[in-house]
Amino acid sequence: MSSLQDKLIALQKQGITEIEKSADLKQLNDIRVNLLGKKGPITEVLRGMRDLTKEERPAVGSFANKVRDALTESIETRKQALEAAKIERQLAQETLDVTLPGTPVKMGSHHVIMQTVERLESVFLGMGFKVVLGYEVEEEKYNFEKLNMPKDHPARDMQDTFYINQDILLRTHMSPDEARTLEQHDFSTGPMKMIGPGRVYRRDTDDATHSHQFFQMEGQYIGENVTMADLKGTLSFAIREFFGAEREIRFRPSYFPFTEPSVEVDISCFKCNGAGCDVCKYSGWIEVLGAGMTHPNVLKAAGVDPAKYGGFAFGLGIDRFAMLKYGIDDIRQFYQNDVRFLSQFK
Amino acid sequence: MKISYKWLKEYVDLDMTPEELANKVTLTGIEVDGVKHPDAGLKKIVVGYVESTKPHPDSDHLQLCQVQISADETVQIVCGAPNVAAGQKVIVALPGSRIANNEKIKKGKLRGEISNGMICALQEIGFSDDVTPQVYADGIYVLPADAEVGQPVYAYLGMDDAILDLEITPNRADALSVRGVAHEVAAIYAQAVHFPKVALTEATKKASAVLQAQVTDVADAPSYNLRVLENVTIKPSPLWLQRRLWNAGVRPINNVVDITNLIMLDYGQPLHAFDYAKIGGQTIEVRRAQADETLTTLDGKERDLTEDDIVITNGADVLNLAGVMGGLDSEITNETTTVILESAVFEPTHIRKTAQRYNLRSEASSRFEKGVNTATVLTALDDAASLMADLADATVLAGRVSPTVLKPADVTVNVSTERINRVLGTTITTAEVKAIFERLGFGVTEAAGIFTVSVPPRRWDIAIEADLIEEVARLYGYDRLPETLTASASTPGLLTERQQLIRHLEATLEANGLSQALSYALTTPDKANAFQLTASQPTSVDWPMTVDHATLRMNLVSGLLDDLAYNAARKQQNVALYEQGRVFLKQHQATVRPHELEYLAGAITGDWQTATWNQPAQPVDFYQLKGLVESTLAEFNLTTTPEFAATARHQDMHPGRTADILVGNQVVGFLGQVHPRVSQQYRLPATYVFQLDLEQLLALEQQTVMYHAVPRYPAITRDIALVVDESVTNAALTATIRENGGSYLSAVQLFDLYAGAHIDTGKKSLAYTLTYQNTAATLTDDQVNEAFAKVVAALQTEHAATIR
Ligand SMILES: [Zn+2]
Repeated sequence: MSSLQDKLIALQKQGITEIEKSADLKQLNDIRVNLLGKKGPITEVLRGMRDLTKEERPAVGSFANKVRDALTESIETRKQALEAAKIERQLAQETLDVTLPGTPVKMGSHHVIMQTVERLESVFLGMGFKVVLGYEVEEEKYNFEKLNMPKDHPARDMQDTFYINQDILLRTHMSPDEARTLEQHDFSTGPMKMIGPGRVYRRDTDDATHSHQFFQMEGQYIGENVTMADLKGTLSFAIREFFGAEREIRFRPSYFPFTEPSVEVDISCFKCNGAGCDVCKYSGWIEVLGAGMTHPNVLKAAGVDPAKYGGFAFGLGIDRFAMLKYGIDDIRQFYQNDVRFLSQFK
Repeated sequence: MKISYKWLKEYVDLDMTPEELANKVTLTGIEVDGVKHPDAGLKKIVVGYVESTKPHPDSDHLQLCQVQISADETVQIVCGAPNVAAGQKVIVALPGSRIANNEKIKKGKLRGEISNGMICALQEIGFSDDVTPQVYADGIYVLPADAEVGQPVYAYLGMDDAILDLEITPNRADALSVRGVAHEVAAIYAQAVHFPKVALTEATKKASAVLQAQVTDVADAPSYNLRVLENVTIKPSPLWLQRRLWNAGVRPINNVVDITNLIMLDYGQPLHAFDYAKIGGQTIEVRRAQADETLTTLDGKERDLTEDDIVITNGADVLNLAGVMGGLDSEITNETTTVILESAVFEPTHIRKTAQRYNLRSEASSRFEKGVNTATVLTALDDAASLMADLADATVLAGRVSPTVLKPADVTVNVSTERINRVLGTTITTAEVKAIFERLGFGVTEAAGIFTVSVPPRRWDIAIEADLIEEVARLYGYDRLPETLTASASTPGLLTERQQLIRHLEATLEANGLSQALSYALTTPDKANAFQLTASQPTSVDWPMTVDHATLRMNLVSGLLDDLAYNAARKQQNVALYEQGRVFLKQHQATVRPHELEYLAGAITGDWQTATWNQPAQPVDFYQLKGLVESTLAEFNLTTTPEFAATARHQDMHPGRTADILVGNQVVGFLGQVHPRVSQQYRLPATYVFQLDLEQLLALEQQTVMYHAVPRYPAITRDIALVVDESVTNAALTATIRENGGSYLSAVQLFDLYAGAHIDTGKKSLAYTLTYQNTAATLTDDQVNEAFAKVVAALQTEHAATIR
């Protein structure tokens, strides 16, 4: 009896030592099969029970089971430890240099001119204006005649025009859209509020500040009680939205054939904040747009009664807005599409 | 228009600084571009008296001058000017002085001789060459004999003045004169103008005794007036007159010419002086030129005249282009003794056209074309005659010769306080409005808030109610108008579906790596013609600036290739761009106005993905481009799926790598590789492009987006690998599979394409995954096997496919 127990005690002791010495899961598994398997020493000890008395057998059997449980538990503990160590090693191997560059995802950019257009569009859409797109090849009468610029009007000198023939031309401003929209508008549905952004053309030699093609946006708001105070309120809002709330804005008289009274709008210079610098030609102010109360002749030409309806119109250069906002110094860059230029405007 | 602050001050009482005045004038109506003080930056420049000169011992052109520079000091100054002489009063820059361009003058030695400063030419103290009198153009300036030695020179030369540079808009030509500006300033500051009265003494001899005049068409010269002056002595004008001219940017010439210029600056009324002796006769006639006539103008150029030119003749020969430029033959010279002085109003449009035709825009023509004050045509003439009596010893013959005369009359315009406030959004009172009209010098009567305003001829820009409202607004002050956001009915502000879809397409392309470009719409005729989707005739402008920008584009691809070439020339080889814009198409050459169609195009060159540390470069290829175009087209959500058909019809495209994009039988675009011949012309490597007609695509029927249940039953897939002739297309095979796939076939996907080893020459192997899905129940293997067998059989019979 005691010899069997002694054997079991020795087995347990030796087994635990081996288990704890095992280096990896395979070795541990071998030990397990060795110790606890059908041909293992414990099975062998138990086989020796045949020689014991009936009374002795339960005690020894119970003891043998305890030894088996102890060894099983020890193996399990060791297994967990070895598995944890294995994961640790794997993680250590998998560690990356997180400072290596990410695999690039190619993204295109939206042209800065269109970004400018869309920013302004959203400001005016929010104020209930719609976006109207007219023709780039226009009739002379919509580009000039209906805008209070009859043939031989001196103001036509201000705009050098690309003509296709004497009646058809490339629009020199976005005002033709205003004339067309005004003609078609049904005032019983409410006031007419529109903006028209687009390409315009002038017979200019391209250089850093001139381009034969550029973008303009004009807008018009005609209704029964639209005032010059509304003009000021609307344009001040739009300008502050675009150029920043801290800009000072001033309105001063000007001249356009299609408006009366006419307005030129200046903002305080970004660079010098009004002190005077090369950007603002030492005036402290930068001209940003022209506007005015729509001339009665323009309303009449569109079949609108100037005694009943009136309102304001404005026009601004998209290229100029973008140049001012981002400090771009050469207008040609907009149309050369150098990717190193395009990608700067996110 | 350059306005002298001092001159202005003679007409209006001003106590503000020139800068304050400039700011106020800008905010009230006329933009002042700047205020210039001619003496700014100058220091220690005084009147000197040249006591004696002697040649420099060591130079053949320098003089040693003994110059008195104060009551008790005479110094030596070395001078190289050819006109320096003893007895002159001159401009001396003392040691320690500053002259133009911030240059410092120091005491020094010139070739061994001491020089205590510098005797100056006008240009050296800041005068421009344009205004320096001819006689002093290449030498020092000589001051009048009474100039006081040692005093600063600035006052003598008018340099202690301030010059306001006014930007005059076309409607405010009334401010192209000192008097006009004086009226404006007086209105701004609620002051009165005071102009000096000029007395004219006439001889008893009548002008009509020596001169007759006629105007053929009164419309050409509605006011035409002449005076005759005898015994004229041509000489330089006095300094006060010269100062006024050069401060206004006009070069002094001689007394007669200077007086005509002075009067033009003062009144805005251009005058012309003829040499009576040279007109050939006693007649002046205003008429249209005949087509065969010529005139040699003052600049020495012979002009071929047209019937649109208004001319002044002697009854036979042309003397002048009326209001634009005089003729060389009747010019005032030093020998002139009898002068005919002309003051007129000419028809503006003809003056403008003539000035444009001969490229002769002048101070005079630009005033005539914008209009002149009809109230001062005669006054200006008489003032000029009076000045000539004073400054040129002229005898003014009695009376004017005036074949046409205008009766200046006020224009009456009505406006009400209510209307003004309604337009401006203000609450200005009737009294305030009345005060403003009075400040402007307009006649005004008012009853119950309704004004009857008499506008004098000097403000010929005012004709209608809106003009008066503007006058009130600007004098009230734009800055005092309230700022409101519309009291009107609210209106919906929305982008149209079309506008939204276009923005969406742009975002899709940008998310896929293409940057938006905006190219020139005017291009060369060849580039405009290339890459056409739909055949079109070109539209060109009449007078292009350059052939590079002569014709409206009929495609967007050429512009993008220009952009790629611009980038490639700057070592940017891997570029992907797209453009959304218009093309201009027309079917017939005779049509003038083209249709404007919105197109969308893209161009990719070089690597689609550039090489990085962890992946190799991936050059752009047809299938990447096609995938991009497919996902762009998917945004339209069309009811009919676009198809791609190989085409060799595009001359500028690779004949084996180009496909037309078809929806039904409509060609809505194309894509493919640019013909290597063309990419070579642009110096580009292999380049892929696409071009879509958005007008057609936007007009096509779109699917209504409706929810479909997400499948609840598993799908079953079958793979098939087959070998077919190389000429059999994927589209044909896919079509066969779909047609024979049965109702459960939900997707067909190509997953392998192979030709080469183990495949017979002329054959290729393709492998597809077919997905079967029943949305109502679980599919059985038998159902799928049966359906799959039909596909296999069809591929074998229709395409002689060998199933592997
Ligand atoms: Zn500034």
